[in-house]
Amino acid sequence: MNVTILDYKSGNISSVINSFKEVAKDKVVIEVTSDLNKIKSSDKIVLPGQGSFKSCVDALNKIKGLTEALNEFAITNKKPLLGICVGLQMFADVGYEETETKGLGWISGKVSKIDNQNGKYKLPHIGWNQINIVKDCKIFKDIENNSHMYFVHSYEFLPNDKKVISATTDYSSNIVCSVEKENIFGTQFHPEKSDRIGLKIIDNFINL
Amino acid sequence: MLKNRIIPCLDVKNGRVVKGINFVDLKDAGDPVEQAKIYSDGGADEICFLDITASNENRDTIYDVVERTSKKCFVPLTVGGGVRSIDDINKLLNCGADKVSINTAAVENSKVVLESSKKFGSQCIVVAIDAKKNGDKWEIFTHGGRNNSGLNALEYAQKMEDNGAGELLVTSMDRDGTQIGYDVELMNKIASKVNIPLIASGGVGDLDHLVDGIKLGNASAVLAASIFHYGKYSVKEAKEYLDSKGIPVRI
Repeated sequence: MNVTILDYKSGNISSVINSFKEVAKDKVVIEVTSDLNKIKSSDKIVLPGQGSFKSCVDALNKIKGLTEALNEFAITNKKPLLGICVGLQMFADVGYEETETKGLGWISGKVSKIDNQNGKYKLPHIGWNQINIVKDCKIFKDIENNSHMYFVHSYEFLPNDKKVISATTDYSSNIVCSVEKENIFGTQFHPEKSDRIGLKIIDNFINL
Repeated sequence: MLKNRIIPCLDVKNGRVVKGINFVDLKDAGDPVEQAKIYSDGGADEICFLDITASNENRDTIYDVVERTSKKCFVPLTVGGGVRSIDDINKLLNCGADKVSINTAAVENSKVVLESSKKFGSQCIVVAIDAKKNGDKWEIFTHGGRNNSGLNALEYAQKMEDNGAGELLVTSMDRDGTQIGYDVELMNKIASKVNIPLIASGGVGDLDHLVDGIKLGNASAVLAASIFHYGKYSVKEAKEYLDSKGIPVRI
């Protein structure tokens, strides 16, 4: 099996690479690429994302044929894909960071700034927060409810269909921090930075 | 609920861990990678490396340290010291740092913060503020505490938030290395002024100082070096103590 970590020149993905390689050991091949042919032949894809919604979407669009290849992979062929942080946010129809920007449209909804309640909540939401698992989710196998995960973000995904939500976290409101829709998985937190428990989520995804 | 973070900091010189008293008189003690691993296994919420004499010396050793650490520690890693340019930031991130802290360069050229937060995202840009009390205000020092910029720390903190800093790492130069506690007045003044998280640093000698940093200083995270490095307390003991004082921590 091979897992492709999508390198589309947006943000720092070395921690994602390190964590997947740590979990995969020699059993699974971890590719780091944006090569369209390699994407097509992958078994699984990881879509990381750092920086703003707009900068990530722009970076995806800059690579000719990439969004089409991702659509084919995740929507047509229904192969497993994991979005992390802005990678998850890009599943939405639209994001409002910097300016209104069209997302991948895989999970209907929008990405808006977290309400800081007039300064009561600092933004970005940085640090360890507990996740409240709201539905059975394949990547949460053997993950206890209320486990701590590492977050760093100022925007939140608001999906229209609440049934896709697999976990929330409490910061200003119940923020959606994980989604699962058929073969599409996403975490707003960073499993690659969430210590052993985060590595377990990565392990679950690799072993799907 | 978001937890307050405990961040052990390792001062690194020429690839080795040291801890200075008031930034001078360094003692050599250990391999940073091994030390970082001990901290992350012990429950550290993040790890911080400060390449202390980096402004003046050959600093390539830090890249190797960061690269080796990031393959062993799966909690966030912040690296600071001698970060001058977008290129330096890029190099550290590529080696596996999750955040980079910028000190002198941010004072000399505020565009560095503006441009780097645009390019890499605010989440990885920490502005380090070294402040010293002068009369009834605090002034910003640079070059590892050697130069007084004359800038007002509160105004500067606000400006760095506006420029896109994701967090502020505030060190009291009066307290650093003294072990008498954070300058909680300074921390509280800055934390009240900005809407981004503040990491308190400088002066921790016992666990009550960590409590004060959060309760009185209003810090989101507390950073300490020597109390952990010399084994006075473990990260676990620190967390249990904070928990016993009603401070939310990840245990």
